[in-house]
Amino acid sequence: MSRYDFQHQLGSSHSPVTRRISLMQAIHLDAPLMGGLLVLVCVGLFVLYSASGQSMDTLMRQLVRITAGFAAMMVMAFISPRTYKRWTPWLFGIGLILLVGVLVTGTQAKGAQRWLAIPGTGVRFQPSEIMKVIVPMMLAWYLAERALPPGWRPVLLSAVLIMVPTVLIARQPDLGTSLLIASSGFIVLFLSGLNWKYIAGLTAAAVPAGAGIWMVMHDYQRQRVLTFLDPERDRWGAGWNITQSKTAIGSGGWEGKGWLHGTQAHLDFLPESSTDFIIAVLAEEFGLLGVCALLMIYFAIVARGMYIAMNAQDTYSRLLAGSITLTFFVYVFVNIGMVSGILPVVGVPLPMVSYGGTSIVTLMASFGILMSIHTHRKLVST
Amino acid sequence: MPKPITLKDHYRETRVFARRAVVSIFVVILLILALISRMVYLQILQFEKYSSLSDENRVSIEPVAPTRGLIVDRNGHLLADNRPSYSVSITKELCPDIEDTLLKLSRLIEMTDSRLDDFRKRLAQRRRPFTPVAVKFKLSEKEIALIAVNQHLLPGVSLGANLVRHYPQAEALSHAIGYVGRINEAELQKLDATNYSATEHIGKTGVEAFYEDRLHGQVGFQTIETDARGRITKVLERTDPTPGDNLQLFMDLNTQLAAVDALQGRRGAVVAIEPQTGGILALVSVPGFNSNLFVTGIDYASYDALQNSRARPLFNRALQGRYPPGSTIKPIVGLGGIETGATTWDYSIYDPGFYKLENDARFYRDWKKWGHGVVNLHDAIVQSCDTYFYELAFNMGIDDIHDFMAPFGFGKRTNVDLINESKGLLPSRFWKKATRNMPWFPGETLITGIGQGYMLATPLQLALSTAILANKGEKVQPRMVKAIGGLPLPTPDVGDPITLKNPDNWDRIIEAMRDVVHSAKGTARGISKDLPGYDLAGKTGTAQVLGIKQDEEYDADKIAEWHRDHALFVGFAPVNNPKIAIAVLVENGGGGGSTAAPVARQVLDAYFESLQQDADVPTTRAVQAP
Repeated sequence: MSRYDFQHQLGSSHSPVTRRISLMQAIHLDAPLMGGLLVLVCVGLFVLYSASGQSMDTLMRQLVRITAGFAAMMVMAFISPRTYKRWTPWLFGIGLILLVGVLVTGTQAKGAQRWLAIPGTGVRFQPSEIMKVIVPMMLAWYLAERALPPGWRPVLLSAVLIMVPTVLIARQPDLGTSLLIASSGFIVLFLSGLNWKYIAGLTAAAVPAGAGIWMVMHDYQRQRVLTFLDPERDRWGAGWNITQSKTAIGSGGWEGKGWLHGTQAHLDFLPESSTDFIIAVLAEEFGLLGVCALLMIYFAIVARGMYIAMNAQDTYSRLLAGSITLTFFVYVFVNIGMVSGILPVVGVPLPMVSYGGTSIVTLMASFGILMSIHTHRKLVST
Repeated sequence: MPKPITLKDHYRETRVFARRAVVSIFVVILLILALISRMVYLQILQFEKYSSLSDENRVSIEPVAPTRGLIVDRNGHLLADNRPSYSVSITKELCPDIEDTLLKLSRLIEMTDSRLDDFRKRLAQRRRPFTPVAVKFKLSEKEIALIAVNQHLLPGVSLGANLVRHYPQAEALSHAIGYVGRINEAELQKLDATNYSATEHIGKTGVEAFYEDRLHGQVGFQTIETDARGRITKVLERTDPTPGDNLQLFMDLNTQLAAVDALQGRRGAVVAIEPQTGGILALVSVPGFNSNLFVTGIDYASYDALQNSRARPLFNRALQGRYPPGSTIKPIVGLGGIETGATTWDYSIYDPGFYKLENDARFYRDWKKWGHGVVNLHDAIVQSCDTYFYELAFNMGIDDIHDFMAPFGFGKRTNVDLINESKGLLPSRFWKKATRNMPWFPGETLITGIGQGYMLATPLQLALSTAILANKGEKVQPRMVKAIGGLPLPTPDVGDPITLKNPDNWDRIIEAMRDVVHSAKGTARGISKDLPGYDLAGKTGTAQVLGIKQDEEYDADKIAEWHRDHALFVGFAPVNNPKIAIAVLVENGGGGGSTAAPVARQVLDAYFESLQQDADVPTTRAVQAP
């Protein structure tokens, strides 16, 4: 199977054999992507410093996580895509077992079971977080072996592969993450050339599905949706967050109130200002120009990611790279959309900027996979 | 292995992927544009709205309540001040379990179910997050300490303080100073909403009500920046409130307390006036009540007890009580008799113990069954001979009696600076025609002459008429407040003095009143013993509460307490240079000489003692209270 891949790779316009191998390539890092991420992380630290009320402590802890994230990225970049491909089904199996484990023994936090403690270590982590990478891997692994665009059978099986972890995570309950994981799987399907008819059908099915989801939703989740539709209906309660974040963003104007001068965040009106709602702090302090600049950085990273995907040398790598990149953008879009009030509040951090551990490490690790895909090309082609 | 049909077409797959990737990038660009347009909408188009929302969030204008003026007596003794009052509140957002916290709180401090229900009701109301909701007001020091010590066990529980009116002599001054209470719905309609925006209390009765506008002061404002938890982070601008003016009363606290003490265990009133100024030295109605209870809201049971008590502690007898003045008006009626020529100083009658009108079967009895024998006007005042006054009144006629007595302040409000004063009643032909559509009967003139029948007067009116008598006709305006904000109030002009054809008659009537106390036959001779360096002129009175039938004798022992006579005494001292005029009323007290006069004596003693102390140590007359 994979031996067929060689044919087209030999015909590619690059002639890597003659190229000098740089340091970055030697350690399997992609300089443009790395640059984009570094700029993003620096901007994030600046905003976080302000959002946390100029807490050096918070900044240091975030820096530790970022360092851990870069370490994870380097490790992931070093591992070859073939290894990932080999391990994919096993990882998926382990992931599912962990998700079941969470539902059975997981630690409670804010009324939801999302965490799994590693016995004897005191360390706990969210299996749903690593599933964000494993699910697209699994889809890519499965579809890479099929003739593409996929026929109805593979599509159906793919749907099952997506739904099982999605439902398990939704049961925790963590609707936001489950929908994001479902979308990462769907992106793989889409990139593999899923027939537009299926997409149209899926869109049509979304309405009854939405009604079905509404039926099984927890009360607080329904509240969030209702409040999203009309934040004013509960200004002091559930609508408080979104009213305050819109106020923060709107009062920023063109240029913002200036770094460290945002009143919404500093006077505690803006909830979760260091975590999920950090974009509101940036929008308040740096205005529309700041938001546009941040979106440009994100776009640069996404563009580089798609470039890597298009230049990947096998279907698995292509699909995986594309999905990782686009899922990253989905996070960005969902977060900013939610904070600015065009999407419901689902609890998605702003990638690389929001304060919080697991998210940064997972994202960096997935970018490590992207870099691995890009930097291992020559090894494959020789 | 799969069927040959499933063989992969890698070239095609790459092309399909590339197309999808381009579509994706296109979608990404569209979504980014969507986000940017959303931001443009919020930050540019709606900038004004959100900018002001943000300012409203953090900046608010908060009214600052002015401090209510203090009330002090003539010597600077504090009668009403403001003290910090502590309340305990719960902030819902900081409290993990409200019911559990309430349970813990109720173990520490006493809390009634109705109070808890009220709290839950207020907690359920929508409000800004992190706004504390009060659970209990007016905590005692012990309660404050208990909560403070256990604060770590009570997350979300906080103590707050604000200034609340306090009356150090609540019970003794309840009817003179009055009290403040929470502003009610009706008052809210009438008030200047801006000036009272931070004020919770308003004067309800007494001086507190009459001088509300001076005591209150002017509201201040501060522009503050608050965080989401309602904590003030910065005061951006501040206009200080103007505190209310301090009031200095004419009242002498010692005299007031002596009057309360003298009436202890009885129901009655004492009003003492400084004759030169009209200043009220004491205004007492007993029983009083603890006016501090009304400040932060009295509970239903306590209010019910006050309201339904037969002793009527809430009723201001000094100001609103309408009593038959009885014999206390005899000096004025006698003066009127001389002035109108109805009698002379030399004219005597023989008193057989009753008086009879022609064509009237009724016996108008003297209080002394066998009569006083031969009496002239002087004797009739000293011994309080009713028969003499029956004849005098008959000769004078109701019109002359009315006209002569009216300038002494009977039958009309004194316009004292207190609210809800009663008018009393000075009957006349015209009054009877207008209100009852009946002609005036001669018999009614007779009993008017001894202060019975229709005639009613408040203790304040009796004190005022006595002061005018002491002044020999010089009228005064009775008033509580001497100075506002350190500036003495001008003496109000109350019209021309009462003039007699022969001014010597003032001295002769006063002489008779002096003998009421100082002569062997005087009805108040009992109080003349051991007078400490002053003499006094007075007149006793005993007013019937119950109509005594003909041929029936009044026997105090056999009559229920509530039907016994009211005891009265009016007087002034010293006789030649009057410093104080007084009226005493003891409800159902029996005889004026035996019950009311000793009360007056105690009050006068206290006042002259005060005067003596002032003379000794003039510097104690501090105007400003601490």
